[in-house]
Amino acid sequence: MASGQERILRRRIRSIDATKKITRAMELIAASRIVRAQARVRAARPYSDKVTAVIANLASAGGEADHPLLREPAEVTKVAYVAIAADRGLCGGYNNNVLRATERAIAADAAEGRDYELVLSGRKALGYFRFRDYRIAAGFEGFSDQPSYADAQQVAAAATELFENGCHRVMLAYTQFHSMGNQSVAIVPFMPLDTGELDEADGAESSAGGPEGGYEFEPEPAVILERLLPRYAEARLYSALLEASASEHAARQRAMKAATDNAEELKTNLTRVMNRARQDAITTEIMEIVGGAEALAQTGGAVDLLSDTIEARTADLFRARE
Amino acid sequence: MQVELVSPEAVLFSGECSQVVTRTVDGDIAFLDHHAAFIGALDIGQTQLWASDGIVTLALNRGFVEVSNNVVTILSDAAYAADEIDVAAAQADLEAAQAAVAADADDDEAKAALAWAETRIAVASAD
Repeated sequence: MASGQERILRRRIRSIDATKKITRAMELIAASRIVRAQARVRAARPYSDKVTAVIANLASAGGEADHPLLREPAEVTKVAYVAIAADRGLCGGYNNNVLRATERAIAADAAEGRDYELVLSGRKALGYFRFRDYRIAAGFEGFSDQPSYADAQQVAAAATELFENGCHRVMLAYTQFHSMGNQSVAIVPFMPLDTGELDEADGAESSAGGPEGGYEFEPEPAVILERLLPRYAEARLYSALLEASASEHAARQRAMKAATDNAEELKTNLTRVMNRARQDAITTEIMEIVGGAEALAQTGGAVDLLSDTIEARTADLFRARE
Repeated sequence: MQVELVSPEAVLFSGECSQVVTRTVDGDIAFLDHHAAFIGALDIGQTQLWASDGIVTLALNRGFVEVSNNVVTILSDAAYAADEIDVAAAQADLEAAQAAVAADADDDEAKAALAWAETRIAVASAD
């Protein structure tokens, strides 16, 4: 009888249904987290804007200290990469995209004879580079869902240490969040700090009506700059972490939505196959009964009993067709 | 004048104030309306904002202040109002810091921790 096949199909459908419920739940959770992550990106912007503006003002007011963070290296023989990925998978190509891009950049540097150092954020980043036997200077994990400023400070400290100890440049590899449907991997220079960006902020500030006279400083501009530049680096790293986190949730939502849709489709197809199997089984059974009944009718016994059975099975068949 | 108190994670205060008193590394400073453009590095200490609905006192753990065009912007990693301060934790920090300073009088980090604990307790108890 074909009911064995039917039972197998029914079990598969049930398991797909369970998986679908999980992916659906993950999709909804990711969707709600994107909104929160976006709000955090927005909340962090005033601080980083203000710090940038103050640095620009300091620089234009002659506080242009010869700070290492502002000095362009004469020669670059070693580049540090800060790669930001997620702690968890199930988010489509999110982790792989940023990590592969980082690996390619390292390979391109190697072709030009530059050495590398790695600062990694996210368990998946650590796993990826550890598996490929890269040298990892520092690794952080456990906060890709919801990075805090303190987390950013840790990562920034590790990057700064490399910068101060032999790395001529620090690059930041992360996934930029443009909108719900648009994120892209970016590898941007992180240290030395981009003075072009400061000039830009300065321009924006003066067009908005900069200070009438020069600034008064307390203490010396150079001393303030000295204290402010690390803050600027931290704020930039923090906003990169937040954007990466928003991108992660968006990627996860998309991946889980695709998984839910696939499960739904699989379920529909399997249900169709299962129904056909059941109908086949019933049809075969009725043919057998009818054949048997006819044989019996010729001998003239137990006709009533058989016609009842046939009616019941036929009703079953029609129910299944519906 | 407009006052903005901004931490890396959020804007903590934004509104009109008649006066702002804060402490730079060189000493206390007050800002009234139309103060000259100013940039300063803040020390650990109390900051008071004369807002429209009363004086707000905050404990600030370093930061920066910028004044221009009648807007005072205070940037700080840690700023707490009196009701946000965990006095018991501050007290514990105070004792730990006192012990550390007693053990090594040149430990700048311990001295900063001590000043930060004292500031928090002062702000919390002034209320």
